[in-house]
Amino acid sequence: MADIVLDKVNKKFPDGTVAVQDVDLEIADGEFVILVGPSGCGKSTTLNMIAGLEDISSGELRIGGQRVNDKAPRDRDIAMVFQSYALYPNMTVRENMAFPLRLAKLDKETINQKVDEAAKVLELTPLLDRKPANLSGGQRQRVAMGRAIVRQPKAFLMDEPLSNLDAKLRVQMRTVVSRLQKQLGTTTVYVTHDQTEAMTLGDRVVIMRGGAVQQVGPPQELYDHPRNLFVAGFIGSPSMNFLHAAVQDGGLRTALGDVPLGDRVRRELEAADAPRELILGIRPEHFEDAELVDEESRRRGLEFEAPVEIVESMGSDKYVYFTVEGEKASAAELEELAADAGAADFSGAGSNLVTRLSAESPVAEGQSRRVWFNLEKIHLFDPANGRNLTLHEGRAAGALAD
Amino acid sequence: MATGTETTTRARLRWGLLDVFVVVFALVPVLWIASLSFKTPATLTDGNFIPREWTLDNYKTIFDTDQFVRALVNSIGIALIATLVAVVLGAMAAYAISRLDFPGKRLLVGVSLLIAMFPQVSLVSPLFEIERQLGLFDTWPGLILPYITFALPLAIYTLSAFFKQIPWDLEKAAKMDGATQGQAFRRVIAPLAAPGLFTTAILVFIFCWNDFLFAITLTSTERARTVPVALSFFTGESQFEDPTGAICAAAVVITIPIILFVLFFQRRIVSGLTSGAVKG
Amino acid sequence: MSINATPAGAEVSAGAERPGGRHATVPTQRSGRRKAPLSENKKAERKLGWLLCAPAALVMLAVTAYPIIYSVWLSLQRFDLRFPDQREFIGLENYVTVLTNEFWWTAFGVTMLITVVTVAVELVLGMGLAIIMHRTLIGRGLVRTSALIPYGIVTVVAAFSWRYAWTPGTGYLANLFSDGAPLTERASSLAIIMLAEIWKTTPFMALLLMAGLALVPEDLLKAASTDGATAWQRFTKVMLPVMKPAILVALLFRTLDAFRVFDNIFVLTAGGNETSSVSMLAYNNLIRGLNLGIGSTMSVLIFITVAIIAFVFVKLFGTAAPGSDDGERR
Repeated sequence: MADIVLDKVNKKFPDGTVAVQDVDLEIADGEFVILVGPSGCGKSTTLNMIAGLEDISSGELRIGGQRVNDKAPRDRDIAMVFQSYALYPNMTVRENMAFPLRLAKLDKETINQKVDEAAKVLELTPLLDRKPANLSGGQRQRVAMGRAIVRQPKAFLMDEPLSNLDAKLRVQMRTVVSRLQKQLGTTTVYVTHDQTEAMTLGDRVVIMRGGAVQQVGPPQELYDHPRNLFVAGFIGSPSMNFLHAAVQDGGLRTALGDVPLGDRVRRELEAADAPRELILGIRPEHFEDAELVDEESRRRGLEFEAPVEIVESMGSDKYVYFTVEGEKASAAELEELAADAGAADFSGAGSNLVTRLSAESPVAEGQSRRVWFNLEKIHLFDPANGRNLTLHEGRAAGALAD
Repeated sequence: MATGTETTTRARLRWGLLDVFVVVFALVPVLWIASLSFKTPATLTDGNFIPREWTLDNYKTIFDTDQFVRALVNSIGIALIATLVAVVLGAMAAYAISRLDFPGKRLLVGVSLLIAMFPQVSLVSPLFEIERQLGLFDTWPGLILPYITFALPLAIYTLSAFFKQIPWDLEKAAKMDGATQGQAFRRVIAPLAAPGLFTTAILVFIFCWNDFLFAITLTSTERARTVPVALSFFTGESQFEDPTGAICAAAVVITIPIILFVLFFQRRIVSGLTSGAVKG
Repeated sequence: MSINATPAGAEVSAGAERPGGRHATVPTQRSGRRKAPLSENKKAERKLGWLLCAPAALVMLAVTAYPIIYSVWLSLQRFDLRFPDQREFIGLENYVTVLTNEFWWTAFGVTMLITVVTVAVELVLGMGLAIIMHRTLIGRGLVRTSALIPYGIVTVVAAFSWRYAWTPGTGYLANLFSDGAPLTERASSLAIIMLAEIWKTTPFMALLLMAGLALVPEDLLKAASTDGATAWQRFTKVMLPVMKPAILVALLFRTLDAFRVFDNIFVLTAGGNETSSVSMLAYNNLIRGLNLGIGSTMSVLIFITVAIIAFVFVKLFGTAAPGSDDGERR
């Protein structure tokens, strides 16, 4: 077991593209850290560099306090689980799991004992004599995990280990991975493009974009206090709503009405180089059917009326989609997020608003509905650089903060 | 679209006729030479496709003559050695090409492509002269060397196509499991590549077995003369009889291994040929 | 327990980018950085790469490069093994001799004729055969196996089969067309040579084309037929464009192969009645005539012709040239 430290790590490919840029990261012993970001953000490259499968162009990588930049993977004592599982098709499950131990030249008895132990933990015992071809996706995944844990390495590296499973199994395996990691207490670096996995699994989440780290922190902190537009848009499902907002007379003019500003934000916007246009971000759960809001809350928020487009009843609550008029919010980050979701050039006219309302709301498609939203929970972003203007000393404080 | 049973029956019939045509087109010359080899000298010239009288005399004749047996031994020995060496060298190069990153890789691929397209006859005269000077003329190595050379591009292309199909993650996994590059190759990649190696070996063997140009220019006696060349020199020697029957019998003998290969490994040969040549 | 990461975030990447510039990897702006030294790993990989390729490269170079140079050298000399005393350097005189020689041009014409006709016929037949092998409803295995047999058969054996088939008295074919001995007349001899070539190599062409056929997405054909395309339109408008690279590869390989025609002619006519190909002529000068100078000159000329053919094809290929996809990064 060991801690892993990345010190100004860079990866530059021979053709000049920079895949990873000045990544600084300290992963404590026993910690479970998730690297997440859209495809091509450099998360897998970072993982491969920790593994030793890719060279580090510059910077330093230390595992357990020791510089390992030039060490071959086999000398780093870390195990890896691959997205494709990478099980050796010519070997049985037992041989697959024993392979790293045989390479380490352990004696037969120890090998068998360790394999049996690991197989028991992962409930693979009845499958030990099968070949990978005769296993289901979930079983293969478990064998891949087994091969990693069997030799008790200093750290686990996991490269999207669950993304080839179907949705239900993925949820199930998520808890298996989580439990296993807690049990073993082994430092783990886990790469995924799925923000749900990132939110549910890790002690800390590292969000990457274009090879650079955007924000590091516990999942809830990233959700509540996103440092910038990209993090705000990436974390959360359904994702945060973004609206165009124009600064006017000490307030904001938006499609949802005029939003008042607290002193702190106003002061910031009075600076000479402050943006005149902002992006307002608000999460779906910070809306509510105006009928169901009590007086106390009503004062902290704002109401507007809009036509209901679609109602998705989830049982516990309702996702309601509204169409609102007005200019669309636009920024490089938003386009990138849309591209990653595969919807870059496909969106209707006007802005769409996703809200999560109480199940009791009698909202129906086709009608117009009055909706309240919480001003203390909104975020304001500078479209030029994506910075979250409502963030103060690392905490988001909404529009009204003094 | 009408997809009634009538249409499908007609479609099956049409395909069936086409199939029959293909099979006949492919097999008639082979069956013809087999037929000739079973004919007695008396009926040899009757022009009948099916022999009226069957005999095995022609086969006895060729296996009695030293000329043919020597050539057969030469053919088998030379083709096997050339195949073995070409596959081993080809596998090494193909592994490097498909798996490793090193300068000069593209050059090697280009050169081997050039050699694959090379007019072999252009090499015949210098090789003839060089081998005469080096004492390689009319020896086994004298034929094995050019065979390896011209089989290598084929081997490299086919094998690198096979190697590329092996998931790259497996080798990474092996490295993470503590294997050296060599161990990763021997214990993970090589067992998976075995079918590819085998396919390549068949293709290379067929190439060597088939060659006529090098065999006829770089040999002069029974020391290294292979069967295809021996066939063309089967002119009866001192015997007064027409060599036709004997030639046909010999032709059938050297055709049998190929037919067996094709029968048993049809799928592999197809995949080997197409992957090597198209995906290259 | 944990120490926070440095926020490279908002300032570095978000600020540096203009709206609309979304790309996964950011080209470096710091061009002045020195090149990172190769790690042990990378060096070992290079070394292993060279080590593994060296034997194959050495063999190929030894058997081709030196002989080619030697061949050019020989072609500049008067060198007849029957008169070794007369060996001397004569510059391009051999080339003048060959290029003004009637036999050379006859052989060249014959070779070109055989190449063009056989490749054209093979392309058509091969395409048909490929479609049959790819789409037939019944007996696919049987068809594929029997189509492979001509490819595997030793050319000399096949040539003998054709020779006996066309020999009057012996052959079943000669009796069908009963006007004498076809292999003793030039036109019919050439026709038979071409027939033998086509029989032998059509399957190879068909296999390469079949690989191209397999690349045509089934859905594309379905889409085309729902769009109302006839079978012929589907073939010309959908299949052919997708197959173009495969067709060009097949044509290149077969053209160069056809240009080397030797075995069939050797057995069928031995080059009689002006049916020699250039390969045949070079062989005759070299082995029968033992004239190394003239033989080498012909070799060099054949090499140049083939290089020109290959060059033209590679120009046609463009990016579809084999091996051009080989540099992809893993």
